[in-house]
Order: sequence, then C-alpha cells, then structure tokens
Amino acid sequence: MQRVGSNRTVSSDPCRSAPEAPLSDLARNPVRPYDPSLVEAVRVNTPATLRRAATLPARRSVKKDWQAAWLCRAVSLIDLTTLSGDDTEARVRRLCAKALQPVRPDLLEAIGMDGLTVGAVCVYHEMIPAAVNALGNRLPVAAVATGFPAGLSPFHLRLREIEESVAAGAKEIDIVISRRLALAGRWEEMHDEIRQMREACGPAHMKAILATGELGSLRTVAKASTVAMMAGADFIKTSTGKEGVNATLPVSLVMMRAIRDWERATGFKVGYKPAGGISKAKDAVSYLALLKEELGDRWLRPDLFRFGASSLLGDIERQLEHHVTGRYSAAHRHALA
Amino acid sequence: MTVREKFESMEWGPAPEGRDEVDAWLDARGRRFGHWIGGAWTKPAGAFEVSAPATGEVLAEVSQGTAEDVAAAVKAARKAQGPWAKASDHERARVLYAIARGLQKHARLFAVLETLDTGKPIREARDIDVSLAARHFYHHAGHAALRAEIVPGAEPWGVCGAVIPWNFPLLMLAWKVAPALAMGNAVVLKPAEWTPLTALMFCEVAQRAGLPDGVLNVVTGDGATGAALVDAEVDKIAFTGSTEVGRRIRAATAGRGLGLTLELGGKSPYVVFEDADIDGAVEGLVDAIWFNGGQVCCAGTRLLVQEGIAADLTARLKDRMARIRVGDPLDKAVDMGAMVHPDHKANVEAMLARTGGEVHRGTAPDGCFLPPVLVTGLGTEDVLMREEVFGPVLAMTTFRTPSEAVQLANDTVYGLAGSVWSQDIDHALDTAPKIRAGIVWVNGTNMMDAAAPFGGMKESGFGREGGVAGLHAYLRPARGGKLKPVKRFEAAADPLGDAVDRTAKMYVGGKQARPDGGYTRAVAGPKGVVGEVGIANRKDVRNAVEAAVGAKGWSAATAHLRAQILYYLAENLSVRGAEFASRIKALTGRDGEREVDAAVADLFRWAGWADKNDGRTVQVPMRGLAVSQNVPVGVIGALAPEDAPLAGLCRIVGAALSMGNRLVLVASETAPLVATDFYQVLETSDVPAGVVNVLTGDHADLAPHLAGHYGVDAVWSFSEADLSAVVEREAARDLKRTWVNDRTATDWAGPSGPWLRAATEVQTIWVPFGT
Repeated sequence: MQRVGSNRTVSSDPCRSAPEAPLSDLARNPVRPYDPSLVEAVRVNTPATLRRAATLPARRSVKKDWQAAWLCRAVSLIDLTTLSGDDTEARVRRLCAKALQPVRPDLLEAIGMDGLTVGAVCVYHEMIPAAVNALGNRLPVAAVATGFPAGLSPFHLRLREIEESVAAGAKEIDIVISRRLALAGRWEEMHDEIRQMREACGPAHMKAILATGELGSLRTVAKASTVAMMAGADFIKTSTGKEGVNATLPVSLVMMRAIRDWERATGFKVGYKPAGGISKAKDAVSYLALLKEELGDRWLRPDLFRFGASSLLGDIERQLEHHVTGRYSAAHRHALA
Repeated sequence: MTVREKFESMEWGPAPEGRDEVDAWLDARGRRFGHWIGGAWTKPAGAFEVSAPATGEVLAEVSQGTAEDVAAAVKAARKAQGPWAKASDHERARVLYAIARGLQKHARLFAVLETLDTGKPIREARDIDVSLAARHFYHHAGHAALRAEIVPGAEPWGVCGAVIPWNFPLLMLAWKVAPALAMGNAVVLKPAEWTPLTALMFCEVAQRAGLPDGVLNVVTGDGATGAALVDAEVDKIAFTGSTEVGRRIRAATAGRGLGLTLELGGKSPYVVFEDADIDGAVEGLVDAIWFNGGQVCCAGTRLLVQEGIAADLTARLKDRMARIRVGDPLDKAVDMGAMVHPDHKANVEAMLARTGGEVHRGTAPDGCFLPPVLVTGLGTEDVLMREEVFGPVLAMTTFRTPSEAVQLANDTVYGLAGSVWSQDIDHALDTAPKIRAGIVWVNGTNMMDAAAPFGGMKESGFGREGGVAGLHAYLRPARGGKLKPVKRFEAAADPLGDAVDRTAKMYVGGKQARPDGGYTRAVAGPKGVVGEVGIANRKDVRNAVEAAVGAKGWSAATAHLRAQILYYLAENLSVRGAEFASRIKALTGRDGEREVDAAVADLFRWAGWADKNDGRTVQVPMRGLAVSQNVPVGVIGALAPEDAPLAGLCRIVGAALSMGNRLVLVASETAPLVATDFYQVLETSDVPAGVVNVLTGDHADLAPHLAGHYGVDAVWSFSEADLSAVVEREAARDLKRTWVNDRTATDWAGPSGPWLRAATEVQTIWVPFGT
C-alpha cells in the first residue's frame, strides 16, 4: 500500500463537527476521498493466511495468572450483545446489569480484579433507551443500524436510522455495508455510502460490519476493509452474527493486516471487532494473541478492539472460577446474561 | 506481579511443558546408554555426555561407537536382513504401522526429549518433528504393503548404513528407517553426536512394535563412528548432513559398488515478486529461516526481493522480527529455542562476522541462543549469499526482473529448495520450475510430507526421500554378471590402402573438430587397421562441455520436438544401416546387422519415452497441487561401452536426449569409428549443435577430466576400463551424480526404468491454493 500521508491531529478530521465522545484518546480516522489505487494494491494469499491462522493458537499460549489476566482482558473487550426479535426492555436491563458485573464479585475479588466490566452493550435501536437508562454513563451503548443485518432498506432511511440512534443516546453505531457493492466491485459507490453513514454518525463511533461470510474471498474482505477505513470507519467488524459464517481467525488476520496497512499509510489507528461464533475462552485468547502479534499491544484496549459476543462471557466465567478454586465450574454457578 | 498488573501489561508469561516423564525414562535407564545391537543394549563404553543446549545440563551419557561396535551392528543386521526380506509384505507393513502408532502413543515423550536434546521449541518438536515422523511410518507402511505392485520385482539393498544430523534427529531417522524397512532392508543407524537420545528411545518403541531384533541397530558416537560405518561391510549408505562430510563419504565409498544417497546443504532462494502478498511472504520467512533457528538444510536463506517492494518488505520484516520470542525451548509460546550446541553457535557468529552487509538483530537471551538476524545491502559475492550458515541468518538482496530473479536464485553451488511468492499465477508458475532445486514451494515454504520426494540437485546431493521416488534409494539396481572384455586388435603399421585419406574427427558444438593435442591413432579390427581417430585430451573435454552447457535450448524444448528428432535419428541410422553393419563387422569381426536393428529399435523407444516419463501429482495433506516432475539432469558425460559399440551408444544417446539432456560422449576405445560415423547421422537429423558431442580417446585419461568438470552434471561410465572408482572420486568434488558399471555387464536391451531415473532429476513443486 502506498503511503497516502500521515496525520495524527484531531483537527484534520473533515467530518468532525460535533464534540467527540470521550471514548478514546486517539485521533479519529477521518474520511478520505476514494482512492482506487489502495484497493487495487490489495494482495492476499489464502493458503499462507490460513496457515498463519491455523498455527497461531499452537504458537501462543498463556497459563496460570497470565491466563486469568488475559481472560479478564477479554471480558473488558466484550460488546455484550442481544440482537433478537424477542428482545424486551426487561431483558436488556438484565443484560446491562450483567455488563456492569460480568463476573461473580467473589471471583474478581480473589484475583484483585473488582470493578471489571465489559466494553459496551450492543442492542437494536428500539432498545437504546432501556440500555442507556440501565447503564447511565458507566458503559457506552452500541446500536446496530442501517437496515441491520442485510442493509437493504432505502438508503435515506438507513442514514436516518443512524441519526435517530445517535439521538437516542448510542455512542457507537454498528453499520452494515452493502454486500452487493462489494461483490460487484463497485468500491467507489460503497465508499460513498459508508462516508455518508460516517457523517450521519457525528460524534458516535462507527463500526463498519463487512459481513465477511458473504464476501466470498479473503481478497474481497481485504478490499472491503480498506474501503471502509477510507470512508472513515472507526472500527471494522466481521459479521452481523446472522451470516452463515461469522468471525474466523483467517478473516481476522486479513482485517488486522488491512488495519496495519492503513496505519502505515495514514498514521491512523482503526479498531477491530470480530463478531459471532466466538464462544470459548480459549478462542478469545487466540484472537487476543493474534491481535497482539499482528497489531501490537496498543490494540488490546476497548477503544481499538471488541468482541461481539453473547455466550463467550459464560465460558470465561467458568474458566475464571476454575482458576480461583481449582475446580471445574458449571454454568448455573454464574449469573445468566 | 498481580493479575491486575498482568491485565495491564498483557505480557505472555511462561507456558512450560512438563518434562517429568522424560526424566523418569532417562532415570530408569541410569542415564547411561550402550548401543542398540541385535535388539539389546550393549554395555555402555567410552561414554560421552549429551547435554541440553538451552541449559547446559547433562541429560545422559552415551557410548562412543568403535569400528568393532559398528562391525557387530552390521553383523547383526546382516543376520536379520534375510528373514526380514523374506517376510511377507503384509508382515512388514504391520510392523511399520505399529511403529507409527508407537510414535503417536509416545508422542509427548519423544517431543519433550527431542526438545531437551536439540534445544528446538517444543511446539516444533511436537507439531512437526514427531508428527511428520509418525506420518512417514504410516506412509511407508503402505509402501511395504504395496511393494509388489508399486515396485514389482525389486530387491532390497541388504544392510543400509544411515548417518543422520542433529537438526531433526527423530525425523531424519524416520526418513531413513521407514523406506529402508519397508523395502526389506536392515539398518545400522548412527545418530548425531550431539543429539542421539530420541534414536535410542525409538529402538525400544520399534522393538515393542514387533520389529525383529537386528533389523534396526543404533550405534552412537562422533564423526569417527560415522566414518567407521561408511567403511563397514554395508550395501548402501544414506547420509544427511553437511556438504563437506557428504563429499568425504562420496570419496570414501568410490568404487565400492555401494548405493549412496546424500541429502546435504543448501542456500535456498526465497523470491518475492512485487505482486506478492507481502505480509504472507514475511510470515513465510518466519517459517523459512527462523524455523528451528535456521538449522534446516532447506531453509530459505537468501531473500531475493523485487526492487519496488524492498523497502516496504524490509520494514515489515523488521517489525515481525521484533515479535519473535527466543528462549526456553520447553516454553510452548517460544518461537526460537537454543542453538543445538555452543560450538555451533560460535560457528554461526563467526560467519556473521565475515559479512559486509548491514546486520539487523532481533533479541535473544544470553546463553546458547541467537536472535533472528537479517542482513541487507549484500552483493552476490558476500559470504552470507554463498555459504551455508545453518543458523537464523537471512541474507537479502534485490532483483529487477523475473529472469534476474531466476539468475540470482541459481547463482549458487546448492540446489536443495526454493520459494517463489507472487499472486500472479503466470509469474509464480513460470519461475518455480526454473529454480534449479529439488523442491520448490509457491507461496509457501518448508512444507514436507512423506508422499513428496525431498532431495537436492548440484552440491545439495542426490537421491530422494519420500514418495515412490524415495523407494528406489533402498532398492538394489539389477546388475549383469562380470563384464567380459572384448577382444582388442593390434593396429600394425599397415598402409591405409589406396582410398583418399579419411580421418575421423571429433564432433563438438555441431562441428567436426580436430583434437587439441594434434595426435591421432589407428583403429584396428580383426583384419588390421580400419581407420584413424583423434586422441582427445582435457581441452577437448573442456570444449565439448562448453558446447553442451551452451545447448540449453534442448532442455527447454518440448517433449514432442525431442521425440521427432529421435525418430529422425532412427530413420537416418536405418538408411545407413548397411554401412554401420559393415563398420561393426570390420571393427569387431561380428556381424553388425542385428546390432543396427537393435539400435534403430532402441532409438524408437526413446523417441516414444520423450513425452511419457510423466511425473506425478503427490497426495500431500494440503489443499493445492504438489507435483513431482522429472526434469533433465543437464549435461551428462558418458563413457561408451566396448561390448555394444552402436547399440550401447544409441541407448546412451536415446535416453539422455529423450529426457532433455545434453551429452558429452566418449566413444568406445575399440570401436570409436562407430561413434564418429554416428555424428554424420546426428548432422543430418536436426539434432541441435552442442546437444551431442563426441570425443575419441583413452577412457582412463578422459574420465577424471569429465568427472571433475564442474560444468558436467552427471557422469555415466560403461567403460570396460576399471574407472568406477575414479569417476566417483572425482565426482565427489562437486557431488555430481554418477552412474557407473562397477565392471558389471549392462543389458543394452534392458528395461528403461533405470535409464529414465538416471537421466532425470525429480523436482517437487508445491502449489498450495485457495480463495
């Protein structure tokens, strides 16, 4: 990738009109004009990518106190999520309570990690008020928008949805890209859509969901990542959780490398969110290991990384109980999310 | 440090693999080992210490094998080999299968012991060494079962001596022992002095798997023990190790009629085109040069990068190097462990001190460790571009065009492996086979599998390990009886008669050439002088080789074209059949018509073979295509036989040309006029200049020059003169392939298989793919 100029200062962000939410001390990745050369420069070799992803979990492992620390770190990076048709306000309030106390207090106390929370709560638009009320200012609320999950509602309504969600108190907006544009190679149109979404987000941070399970190849994933970042995405995210295939390590590797290239080219750090299918503590450690290896320690913080997950937390709780007590745990010993 | 501090720092922390079981295994044997001979331990003697390089801790004492120990092991092997070869294929297959299972059942024990002994990371020992070793026995259990169908009629060599290195002790054992046993051989194995322990553990596992006593014997010791094994009464030697020792073994075995396969050093190129996945290529380098601390014969040590991406790739590579963790090899999250031995570490450092390039080092702990090292700004003459380091040192330079990449890749005396990285299928697939190496990986590196032939060209050795090609290393080639000398006729000083003087010249580079020395000699048949021929000297050899080296186009010609020219050659020989028949008659007294007919028929066969010696796709556990193809050896020097002046010559020409080689042919001493007549046939048959060069002269004079010429890739000797030893000894200098008769008779109408194998190199190309 060609270096397209570096600028770390916040004031250069052309679309920054509203005050920024205090989510991060990093300068936000600004919108840039569409540059086809960055898309054309993408090269991804699939077997090499798969090999790296397949061997990484065997190359890295954390044990004992380090494992407990890493699992707590994973908890702090979770966007605790409910995105179901049967969500109710009461259900969301329960989720928020869990988000604030994700692990049993006695366990956290035993390892000196009291006060640990997840990274955010992620809900549909209609649930934003309930979540904001439940969380106060203690945790940000993320909302999915833009005709989630398919992203096929009228474009002006998709933008309108973002504005309403931001107005309702969402600090983070998870938008979905138009897969049909990516699949047809209509990158400039896709850039234009995402750019408008980013502008609609205002101060809220935008996570661009690529729906990688529907993009067909790792090369397309890399190109879509680049276009989303060019259009001002604060995060790029794998999946809605509704595709047949959600987050995987190979896809994560490709997206992390795209993020690294982007920083190399522009100086801006973009966040990464794998979502869907990460349900085991061991998997979470593998993702963090990959992140540490490919992007470095700075990314191991909630302003640059999130897990989109619902059942992951339960497995981590059980592992932490095992760490503290030496006994293997059971689900019913931990509060339901 | 508290959990919260770790939560903030997000360091890796230690992840140690346990070693209690291995210590218990060593303790149970008193940490003192004898040799394993005839299915039992000998009394430990002449013990030397074996240490863990990471800590310096003494792990055990093993015995220094003497010539007597080796002789006892060979005797035990000899005794056991007959019954083992007579056992059914199924019985052998069952034992190999049980050994594979045994390796798996004790996988962790082997892995931890290997890590302690070598200093390699436990992840590699566990996921690569032990798992590939087990895979090798599974694969060869299949070869044992299918022996009669895959290599029908083949016979084992008998007793095979195996000398293996310290970088992959168990895996190299598997590579030698599995095919040898599958084909019905017995083995005497000498593990490396620094790393003998897994071989000793293996003996017990093999015995429990039902391997009859004596079929596998292990004698430990240093280089002197290895030399004693090479000198012992074995039938075949298989060696993996340094090119220098390989040279000594080649010289020491010269003329003994032994089978020999050598898997030696390398300086393998790693070519990255500007359209490559650069991150993928950088990650590949971690596996290419920092795998096992670069102590890998096929390591990608020369990084050749297209100029436009060199700065980008270097920056990414340095970032990646900073994340490589060097340390305790028993830590599951360590990327590079210890160097195998402090002496070896010192060798690597000494070599690094000689470079003129810019040295960039990663970090490593004190002790027997080295960091990953990248050296940039190198010219092709730098020591790091030319000599094998066998350590974690990557030497980098740039290229401009694909053809320059190939030139640089081949600018080495080695030819073991290579990698090509490009997302452009044209560039990748065009470049891969042009790398003169036994194994080439496209968008990958250091992939190995039991089904894929592995082995080198040039000074990286000869012979293949793995797959069907690897079986032939453990099969005794069919041999005729003792070679009977032909009758030689005295050339009296007879006048040549009334005809116009007609002196046969030699044939070099498509032109008739007078001998450099300006001497001729008369050639006689039963009825006196038949004609005169030139006496070639070393300069004629030089000229002929130069012509052959220059005729590269032939090796790149299509098989169809080669076939057409061979048919044309047969046609023109047939037209002049009566003339050749009477020439043979005049020179030998034998009726020549049958030999002419046989020669024409043989050329037809080789024309037929030109497009039929297919390689194979090999079934490796990978999504993609792995192909082992038969490529030309290059320039072959051949000493023609006396007993079949035309049929033998046509067999040599046919086989060599059919497979795309160029030839320097030294005519038979007693019937050289057949060869000089033959060049007239070559001239009329569209054989391109330089493809076949014909010299006449004394075999004993010319053989050392031919075998010693660095431009010759292989030497074949069918000479009646006793030249096998000199050819093999001279060939040791650059480790060219040899095929000599050891004064046994050759069946000139015999099967094509041995000729096809002698005339080709197996090159395995791995092309992983996926979307």
